[in-house]
Formats: sequence, C-alpha cells, structure tokens
Amino acid sequence: MLESYLRKRLKERDILLMTHIVLGYPSFEDSYRMVEAMVAAGVDLMELQIPFSEPIADGPVILHANQRALASGATVQKCFDFGGKVARDFDIPFLFMTYFNILYKYGVHRFAADMAQQGLQGAIVPDLPPEEGEEYLRSMEEHGLAPIFIFSPTTADERMSYLANFARGFVYCVARKGVTGADTSFSDQLKGYMDRCRKATALPLALGFGVQGKADIDFLRGKADIAVIGTQTIRVMEQQGIEAVGEFIADIR
Amino acid sequence: MINRGYYAGFGGAYLPEILVATFDELVETFYQAKNDPVFWQQYVEVMSTYSCRPTPLTFAENLTQHFGGARIYVKREDLNHTGAHKANNVMGQGLLVKRMGKTRVIAETGAGQHGVATATMAAKFGFDCTIYMGEVDVERQRPNVFWMERLGAEVVPVREGTRILKDAINEAFRDWVSNMDSTHYVLGTACGPHPFPEMVSYFQSIIGKEARSQILERAGKLPARVYACVGGGSNAMGMFSGFMNDPVELVGVEAGGKGLDSGQHASRLCSKDASVGVAQGYKTYFLQDSDGQMRETHSVAAGLDYVGVSPILSHLKENGRVRFEAATDREVVDALALTIRKEGLIPALESAHAFVQAFKEAPYLSRDDILIINQSGRGDKDIFTVADAFADPKWQEFIKQKAEKYRA
Ligand SMILES: Cc1ncc(COP(=O)(O)O)c(C=O)c1O
Repeated sequence: MLESYLRKRLKERDILLMTHIVLGYPSFEDSYRMVEAMVAAGVDLMELQIPFSEPIADGPVILHANQRALASGATVQKCFDFGGKVARDFDIPFLFMTYFNILYKYGVHRFAADMAQQGLQGAIVPDLPPEEGEEYLRSMEEHGLAPIFIFSPTTADERMSYLANFARGFVYCVARKGVTGADTSFSDQLKGYMDRCRKATALPLALGFGVQGKADIDFLRGKADIAVIGTQTIRVMEQQGIEAVGEFIADIR
Repeated sequence: MINRGYYAGFGGAYLPEILVATFDELVETFYQAKNDPVFWQQYVEVMSTYSCRPTPLTFAENLTQHFGGARIYVKREDLNHTGAHKANNVMGQGLLVKRMGKTRVIAETGAGQHGVATATMAAKFGFDCTIYMGEVDVERQRPNVFWMERLGAEVVPVREGTRILKDAINEAFRDWVSNMDSTHYVLGTACGPHPFPEMVSYFQSIIGKEARSQILERAGKLPARVYACVGGGSNAMGMFSGFMNDPVELVGVEAGGKGLDSGQHASRLCSKDASVGVAQGYKTYFLQDSDGQMRETHSVAAGLDYVGVSPILSHLKENGRVRFEAATDREVVDALALTIRKEGLIPALESAHAFVQAFKEAPYLSRDDILIINQSGRGDKDIFTVADAFADPKWQEFIKQKAEKYRA
C-alpha cells in the first residue's frame, strides 16, 4: 500500500519529502497545525514520533522535544487519537516513529491493530532489529502495515540484504553515523553508500539525518527517492514559529 | 549475531542499526578472549599487580557478637584500586579494548566510582577518555569528578532527563553511535545489550570465585547466605556466580529509598512500580509507568539510583534462585554507622544496603551458620555524601569555613 503510493507519487515528482514531528510538542494543537502547514506545503508523507523518555538514537533537539512533550502530558493514547485524526483529515500517509518500549507496553499486537484501525500506514522503530521483532513483524504484516527498516553506512552488504527481507514500504537510509540533528556533509561518498543500498533492495530509498535545506535536497535528487527532514523543521518552529514551517517546506519543495 | 544474550526472555540486544556492526565486533572479541585460557590469566595478573586481588575476606567478629547469630564475613571489594568492585570490570574491558585496537573509551557513571575506575584504566593503558555523568550526580559526588579530571578524563555533565545514571547511559550511547570506530563504551554494570550483561558478570565473577575458596579455606564450609547490593547488578552477579550451584541462599538488596510505598526508591525487583520493558538496548524490569515512560528514581546511594536491572538478575528473580529485598535510606545510614563503629570498616552507601539485610537476618540464624556480605566499595571516598547522610555538624562547619577561605 505504502509502496504503491510512493511509486505513484514518484512518477510525478523526482524526489519526495518526508517530515518528522514529535507529537505533543509543544502541544497537540501545535502538532496539528504543523501537519496542516506541512501538507499544504506539499510534503508527501510524515513520521509522527510518539515521545519516549529514553530516545537513544535522537540528538539534543528531538530529545528535548520528547521531554517537553511528556512533561506537558503527552500519552500514547493521545498520540493514537492524534494519528487517527490526521490520517482522516489529510490525504498523505502517516507513519508512527517511536522506540520499542512504547509498543511493548501497549502490547505489540494491539499496537499494530490500533494503528491499522486509525489509518496509519507503517512504523519506524529504531531500536528494534528484525532479530528481536518477530511479533512486531507478524502483527504489522497481518494488518497490512509497513515496518520501515534502517540501513546505515556501517551496515555490511550482507546485512542490508538480510534487512531487506523484512522491509516494506521503503528503506530509511541514515546518511551518517551519530544521532539525529547534527550536520551532514553531503558528498560523493554518499553516492557509493546509496549505490550499496540500491543493490540490496528494490524498495524506494529514503535518506535522512542532517538534511536541512534546498541544497541538500538538490544533491539528493537522483540518488534517493525520499528526502527526510527531521530536526530542521523543529528548529524552524522553535526559532520562527509554526507559520515559518510551511514557508520553509514550500521553499525546498 | 547468533547468541543474543537471552536469560529466559530477559536481555537481548535491541540495537539501533548503526551499532550492530560494533556489537558484532565486541561479541566476537569477548568470546575469543573468554575461550583463550591465557586471557583470564592475564586478567588475574593485572588485577593482582595493579589492584588488590585477591581481596581479603574479613571476619566481622564484633558484628557477629553484636547480633548473636550467624558468623558474618565481609568480602573486601573496597580494597580494590579506586575503591570498588568497578575496577574488576573496567580492567577486563580495558584488555578487550587493546585487543580491538581502539584508542578511546567512554563511560557513564552514577556514583562516580565507575567513572573514576574507567579514567584510571584509561590513564594506565593510554586511552583517551570521556565520562558522562548526570548533573545531579556531579553535584552529589563532586570529589570523584575532581579525580576523573586529574586522571585526564573529560567529564560531561548530562543535563537531559532526570540527570542521573540512566541519562548518562543515553548520552554515552549517543557518543558511541558517532565514534565507534575509535571508541569502546565501557558500560559499568551487568546491564545493556548483549554481550554486556554476560561480559561484565564474567569479569566480576572473580569476586565469587575468590570468596568461595576463601570461605572454604577459612571456615571449612559454605555460607548459608550471601548478600550483595543491587544497582545494575554487577557486584551481585560477581558474588552470586561463585555460589550459583551451591546450596547457598543468594540475597540481592535494592535501594528502598524513602520506602517502597513512597514512589521514591530504585527497587525494580521488589516493588510494584516496576514492570518488564525494553530500554537502553535490553529487556528487563524497569521502573516505568503504564505507557512505558521511565520513572524518576531515588536513593541515598547514587550508584543504586537506576531504572533498570541486570536481565540475568530478572531471570534469577523469576526462577527463585535469588531473593530480593530493599533497604531504606534510613536503615542504610544506621547500618553504615554501626559497621564503622563496630568493625572500623567503612562501606560505601551502596554496599551498606547489603549490610542492612544481613543485619536483619543474622540474629535469626544459628551460630554455626555463615553469612558473607559483599562490601562492593569504600565509603571514605564519598566523604561529602556520607557526611550529609549523617548530617554531621562539625563537617558542615568545616565546609563553611573552607568556603569562606576560598571566597577571600
Ligand atoms: C560501591 C558500589 N557498589 C555498588 C554499585 C552498584 O552497581 P552494581 O549493582 O553494578 O554493582 C556501585 C555503582 O556505582 C558502587 O559504586
């Protein structure tokens, strides 16, 4: 489902845009306005992060957003309600992004069932390798949801092929080592890495970590199918307000 | 990775993809070393020439008389170089770092003991060193920060989250995912993703091995019970592993803080505030809410102030092999005072938790029975915290005067 949507969209656009928000940061009302602004500015799909107290793969900006969201009362239930609402109100695919403990405590099977019921299309769970994800993979499959897996520059060819067996929708390629939010120097080295990713899977490739503006996206054209903008939109919101987010996206689109 | 380090469903390796290759390398290096008989010899050699191994087993004659029950022995991990059992793990991992050819080590620290031990190892082996420490702990354990810096380590105060041990672990992981080519993360306890629980327990097993042969030699019999405090669980695993297959009751003592009903404690295996979850790369009991968000924890002992616990201990809790109890801050301070006065021993606040439980049980056991308490560390180094725990007025006066002098 997700994959066919992406393929269709890729016929119209040479690179798609995926953005990321932390739900409930600074409030659910603001999260909704962020989605609204992003969809209006032409974003093709979105990751909605359910905040977690120990987000080990995230850098300071997203970490802080997670903490603030929790401190202002974000719960998993509210995130599901929110996910359902935006999936009904807007015509692009939404994915949940969170850490495995959130699924585990909710009940992995129930999590997938409720995602499907609310109209979400997939999930990114960065601390869940397929080796630990048997129940998750089964539940996602059963409900027609896409488990998004991650390739990294340290992932060997063999392991990329292994991960590709479980991946649905697209594969999320992280551009570099480290956590979210740091700068990435987009260089020709990246091309070699993306070539390796391409060989390992026929799925569309998203590239994220450090994508900040138009120049990065122009560089990624022809190399990746989807550019992921995560931390940068949170920064724009923090510094210039939600109105500026729409302009920021429209400018790079 | 084939063996993912499961203990009846606890443990595992919930790793972000970026770290998978690094863990593969670590697992391979660890098993190669473990299967190489020369490696353990080399380890024992380092520990007996650089640290104080074998550490003594001290008969606590006065405490024994005081309680009038079982004979109380104390395993003296406080006599390790740097003052705690943490040295065992750190030197062992240091040898592995050399095998891997890495040049930099990072670590988290709560009480500062593990940080000091890691900085010491880094100084000796010539590694660069960065220590992550929660801001709250930096304040609680300032003297250890001083020593880490003298030893050449960079100490990074962690201002995120609850600003204690778990947050320091998160920051260390964030460093590691950027710098794994040069850097090894010296995790300080028997927690985290596989192979850490097994690896740290392996290095700490030297405690139990020694204790078992020492008690057999000294008393001609096995102890009835063995006590250890439980933060992440490394000193407990080290002590318990020596007696795992013996008819010896193993007792782990957690931080009861202000009481198990107060919500201010760090008891994962004795309190209803904990449930099974997955965080920081492994599955175990965590102090968390129903959404899976980690709770705030509290203990008078920074080294026990942690949301998770060794997956191996969670397993041993469920199969009943280890009994878990909790000691409150108040009880800990009393047991510490008594031990100092009766024996001239100064356990760390962490270790004093084990003393509390042993003291509760000793009177009810026969005079023929033996108890061993693991004194995981020394308390005299933590003079600021201990003085605060005793609310010592003369010390407070001294600090005020000292501050005046600095201000002048
Ligand atoms: C002296 C001492 N004992 C015990 C602990 C708790 O750790 P573990 O449960 O891993 O032994 C610490 C931790 O810092 C410590 O410093």
